[in-house]
Amino acid sequence: MAARYDRAITVFSPDGHLFQVEYAQEAVKKGSTAVGIRGKDIVVLGVEKKSVAKLQEERTVRKICALDEHVCMAFAGLTADARIVINRARVECQSHRLTVEDPVTVEYITRHIATLKQRYTQSNGRRPFGISALIVGFDYDGTPRLYQTDPSGTYHAWKANAIGRSAKTVREFLEKNYTDEAIATDNEAIKLAIKALLEVVQSGGKNIDLAVIRRNQPLKLLESKEIETLVAEIEKEKEDEAEKKKQKKST
Amino acid sequence: MNSILTACSDGDGPERKIQFLHGTTTLAFKFQHGVIVAVDSRATAGAYIASQTVKKVIEINPYLLGTMAGGAADCSFWERLLARQCRVYELRNKERISVAAASKLLANMVYQYKGMGLSMGTMVCGWDKTGPGLYYVDSEGNRVCGDLFAVGSGSMYAYGIVDSGLKQKDLTVEEACDLGCRAIYQATYRDAYSGGQVNLYHVHSEGWNRVSQSDVLMLHQQYQAEKA
Repeated sequence: MAARYDRAITVFSPDGHLFQVEYAQEAVKKGSTAVGIRGKDIVVLGVEKKSVAKLQEERTVRKICALDEHVCMAFAGLTADARIVINRARVECQSHRLTVEDPVTVEYITRHIATLKQRYTQSNGRRPFGISALIVGFDYDGTPRLYQTDPSGTYHAWKANAIGRSAKTVREFLEKNYTDEAIATDNEAIKLAIKALLEVVQSGGKNIDLAVIRRNQPLKLLESKEIETLVAEIEKEKEDEAEKKKQKKST
Repeated sequence: MNSILTACSDGDGPERKIQFLHGTTTLAFKFQHGVIVAVDSRATAGAYIASQTVKKVIEINPYLLGTMAGGAADCSFWERLLARQCRVYELRNKERISVAAASKLLANMVYQYKGMGLSMGTMVCGWDKTGPGLYYVDSEGNRVCGDLFAVGSGSMYAYGIVDSGLKQKDLTVEEACDLGCRAIYQATYRDAYSGGQVNLYHVHSEGWNRVSQSDVLMLHQQYQAEKA
């Protein structure tokens, strides 16, 4: 009986699929949306904040976490799994500082997280992690980076990406609207992230959590007031655009 | 550093049978144009000169050098292992390993064997993105960053020469090479356990290159002629 638990849970199907990994990716699709944008001097992470129950304290569960001074990540999927991955990543960031006397590059820590995830798709009795992560930060040479990992353990670099519920919609929006002008200034990059999230988050600024890292500065979580201000700006810009179009039509 | 290598006793540890390369002079110093590494080439077992042509500089990779003092086997083995680790790092991270990281890898490797009789006193020299790098690493677990190190029984004599020669701030490459050469020569002149040839290396931004190999007796005649 005990021998049963030795077998790997993630095994190949006859047509070459790893179903456990694919089911994990389904779990990710159920998670709340997260969006990441790589600007020129800034990297932005935005997440959809799930509405909290009345008695629940708002600040206990944060979906955006710092891994080190210059790297942070947001995730979509199982929160408990994410906690484990984040812990391991934080330890690895410090280990790297100790053995190599240099801070991690964003690529290195992404690779570490991805390798960890892959290990769990090829281990005895373990299931894959049910999270996708967006990892952003600056390397020591000042280059901004954005990486995405998924439960299978693959990782890619992106200019802008979204994960979680309605990720496809957000990504399509980003594909249309991510231009050099759109990320020309820090503020514009932040607004792009908010605009992307507003596509899928119905209730507006209250349900958005935003974090930014600027070059050589630590992670900054934006307060709800700042987000409200930016959302108001965006709404105004939309109205102005609509007005202009009306005027063009009438003349 | 001299005492760490030449002292025979480490308390109640195992008897130091490895006497092979304790007698030696190796030195390395940083200057404006990189790092100069100069070593002698004599190996002694007690009063017997076992060899006059030992290679005490280990070429870890095209931009990192390690020197050998203490047990020859220990030094060459661990530095070859370090070379392997450095190469793996380079392949994984698509960039050269820094001198700090390389020396840390070596220090951590030998620290696991602390107290088990390893005898190694090495200087890890190289050039990385932060400029010239020089670290002293030994089997006791020391790892020190510095601008100048001399290791071995002849180190005191070498220090005397280099300390006085480094007074002027900006040395040219030739001046620095000459200084390193002279320092080793002076050490071999006074220290019975150092001699043979002076092997001189220069580490610069593109890597290291072997500058010269000069027999100590030839150098003696040359310097005597200059004095006259």
